[in-house]
Amino acid sequence: MIRSILLHGIVIAALIGLEPVLSEYHHGNLARIMVLAAYATGYNILFGYTGLLSLGHAMFFAAGMYGCALMIRLAEWSVGAAFVMGMICALIAGIVVGLLALRTIGVGFMIVTLMFAEAGYLTILYFNEYTRGDEGFTIAQSVRAIGNLDLSDTTTRYFAALTLFSVCLMASAALVQSKAGRVLVAIRENEDRVRMLGFDPFRYKLLALVLSAVMAGAAGAAYAVLFGYAGASFAAVPYSIFPLLWVLLGGPGTTLGPLLGTVLMFYLVDYASGTIMPGLASLVETQFGIEAPGLASAYLLLVGVALVLLVLFAPKGLLGTLRARVVPWLP
Amino acid sequence: MAAVAQLEATGLVKDFGGLRAVDVEAFTLYEGEIRAVIGPNGAGKTTFVSLLCGRFPPTKGCIEFEGRDITAMPAHQRVTLGIAYTFQITSIFGNLSLYDNVALPAQRRIILDGTGKVRDRAMAALERVGLADRAQEQASAQSYGHQRLLEVAMGLALGPKVLILDEPTQGLADSEIAEFIALIRDVAKGTTILLIEHNMPVVMALAERITVLDQGRVLAEGTPEAIRADKAVQTAYLGG
Amino acid sequence: MDFLSYLPFTLPHPALLLAGVLEGMVLAAVLALTALGLSIVFGIMRVVNVAHGEFYMLGAVLAWFVTHTVTGTVGGPPWLGFAVALIVAPLIVAAIAAATDWLVLKRLDYDPEATIVATIGILYILQQLALTFYGPDARPVEAPFDFRVQTPYFGYSGYKLCVIGAAIVLMLIVWLVLTRTKIGLVMRATQYDRETAQAFGIPVDKVYAGVFALGAGLAAIGAVLIVPIQQAHYLMGGDPLLLSFIVVILGGLGSLKGTLVAAIFIGLSDGIISTLYEPTLAKILATLLVAMVLVFRPQGLFGARAA
Repeated sequence: MIRSILLHGIVIAALIGLEPVLSEYHHGNLARIMVLAAYATGYNILFGYTGLLSLGHAMFFAAGMYGCALMIRLAEWSVGAAFVMGMICALIAGIVVGLLALRTIGVGFMIVTLMFAEAGYLTILYFNEYTRGDEGFTIAQSVRAIGNLDLSDTTTRYFAALTLFSVCLMASAALVQSKAGRVLVAIRENEDRVRMLGFDPFRYKLLALVLSAVMAGAAGAAYAVLFGYAGASFAAVPYSIFPLLWVLLGGPGTTLGPLLGTVLMFYLVDYASGTIMPGLASLVETQFGIEAPGLASAYLLLVGVALVLLVLFAPKGLLGTLRARVVPWLP
Repeated sequence: MAAVAQLEATGLVKDFGGLRAVDVEAFTLYEGEIRAVIGPNGAGKTTFVSLLCGRFPPTKGCIEFEGRDITAMPAHQRVTLGIAYTFQITSIFGNLSLYDNVALPAQRRIILDGTGKVRDRAMAALERVGLADRAQEQASAQSYGHQRLLEVAMGLALGPKVLILDEPTQGLADSEIAEFIALIRDVAKGTTILLIEHNMPVVMALAERITVLDQGRVLAEGTPEAIRADKAVQTAYLGG
Repeated sequence: MDFLSYLPFTLPHPALLLAGVLEGMVLAAVLALTALGLSIVFGIMRVVNVAHGEFYMLGAVLAWFVTHTVTGTVGGPPWLGFAVALIVAPLIVAAIAAATDWLVLKRLDYDPEATIVATIGILYILQQLALTFYGPDARPVEAPFDFRVQTPYFGYSGYKLCVIGAAIVLMLIVWLVLTRTKIGLVMRATQYDRETAQAFGIPVDKVYAGVFALGAGLAAIGAVLIVPIQQAHYLMGGDPLLLSFIVVILGGLGSLKGTLVAAIFIGLSDGIISTLYEPTLAKILATLLVAMVLVFRPQGLFGARAA
């Protein structure tokens, strides 16, 4: 328990300590990473701890994003109120989807969540008038402020993202140590047994899903406010696959796995699209004489390869494998 | 000693498609007794007991626990009322430690009681089955016999009124069976036991009364001596 | 007739309606082939292949490469290019699929959840490789022939009618193979009981690779048939995947008859609605319908309740 608190404390302290030393570029990156890591942390609660693989989490992220951004854009709400609204939208979405989707298990659950998310994405496109569809809309810098704090300022933005992530991380750590968390893990291991020990699995799964959705929604709303943009692409399938990838890479069922996975994947893709892919493209063209017009932008290729390799060779992810082999107390 | 009816089934029927797996007119389990349910393979013993603990609903019939109709009650709620079930095919949390396995039912009991510590309850359950020194070991790494004992420990940690054991000695070595008999005798002092068993020596050693099922129906019911002498039972076992 | 003005929508002109129905039939034909591939793979291997749409897309893209080479470099007529493409593209796709099964899915022991994650990865790999070598543009492929069936009221592309015909023929062939030949029998045996089939000396691994290849090949054929009508684009796998899912789930996972009926239903509705009304709304309703079917009636309309 103490070790767990220390560990999480050190991580957060490190993130605080990094702030003054980072360049402008990495500042923005890390802020983005932390918001997305909050999303992944939410996903981890459902996938890593409860064992439910959702393929539609983008709908909760987008619910938060649009719930917040639309209130600012159309109703001129303040950032604080709009953020809460974003979370409420994600909460409602989580409850509705949970009540329906949790009647299925395994593959059925995966497909149902995928379908709901797809319907959500299409709905955003349908109401193009208000949402501007795929193109999305920006939120003016002047509006993005809480009281005196200008959220578009890189330092303020960094700490806002850090606050969001820290809260999600602490919540996730607390859940894992709690009695409810123990039940969730047991459900992942053997749901039938849990029922025969007197727990109602449905109730616990719904709790996990709703909590996961609210975290995702908070991340979505934060993203809109901190980066000033809302677009339908955040509701599309890739944004449901990303948290799965990040959590798988970092280690499902570990509190710090999501952060690790998000950081690694972000920089891998960044480096790849900036350096590796264009380099590879010109290499292929000069050495083999094959035209590869799209290679430079095919960074999703890495996502695909990473997923396949992870699932084949390292389904426990980095921290998960570390926990299994070396550090059994890792939360 | 007045026998108090604790768990009663009336007109209990379960059909699977065209097959009538269970058809029990009347069944009463009395408080504090050790009852064995025996019968040839496919007699419907596990199905019958699954109906009692709510793993699936009956096609027809009524189940009462301590005078209360629980026919429509979901399984997890019946557990909180005091009916615990250990699985025929071992169903534990393999990846978790022995302690974590019993901590969960211990937690349930404590939530229900409103007092107590999970650690105390969990360790007590492990002590009772003799696994306390292995508490931190992983469940799937245990021998089959120890896993069966863990199942019983999980049932005990719930502190149930009725403990249903589904073929608990299957796969155990003789020495383990002897220990098991002693354990159940001890547990039975405070808990009603309903035991499905194939192992006749175990049945004869433990049971106060025996219910014989054949093709989903109650063939005979009575003391071990009466059952042993019953012609119909002999035919069912030898003929079936 | 006056009551028509009270309807909440406008009735289309009969010719337009007929056009909608025929468009729907073309869609249904190709969709049925594609969904059949998905259904066979799930029915026999119990595996959900999320990359199915990409195999479809590969069929179209490879068809473009082949026709481009045959007509461009070699200088042959369009029908020759198309004919070669119709044979070569599905075979290449089938080979890629078999390799995928052998290298990835087999190692996962066909675990349902792991397979879905793996096929998502394969989806991105195939899609992005297509982006890499084919590029982001949509390119047309010339139809093999160009006649129109012309009646006094109404004209329609002869090629499209042939697509419908070809799809029907292909489905009949597949059905015959599955139910009447030894290969089909072997496939169905592995479906019923993998372990027993293995005990009888059936090389289950190879059968699965073959089934996976067949599923992908059917999708590819569907794509080659449709590519003269639509264009080949690296993102074109998304819609067929979604529609195939809808068809297979509505029809009941593993039921071929259900797949066929659902394909006709979805194809027609999509065709009619898209021609006449708003396609996005139709898709929203369709996805929600699939979700509801899975939640409340998981066996679909025709499938048997899973054990």
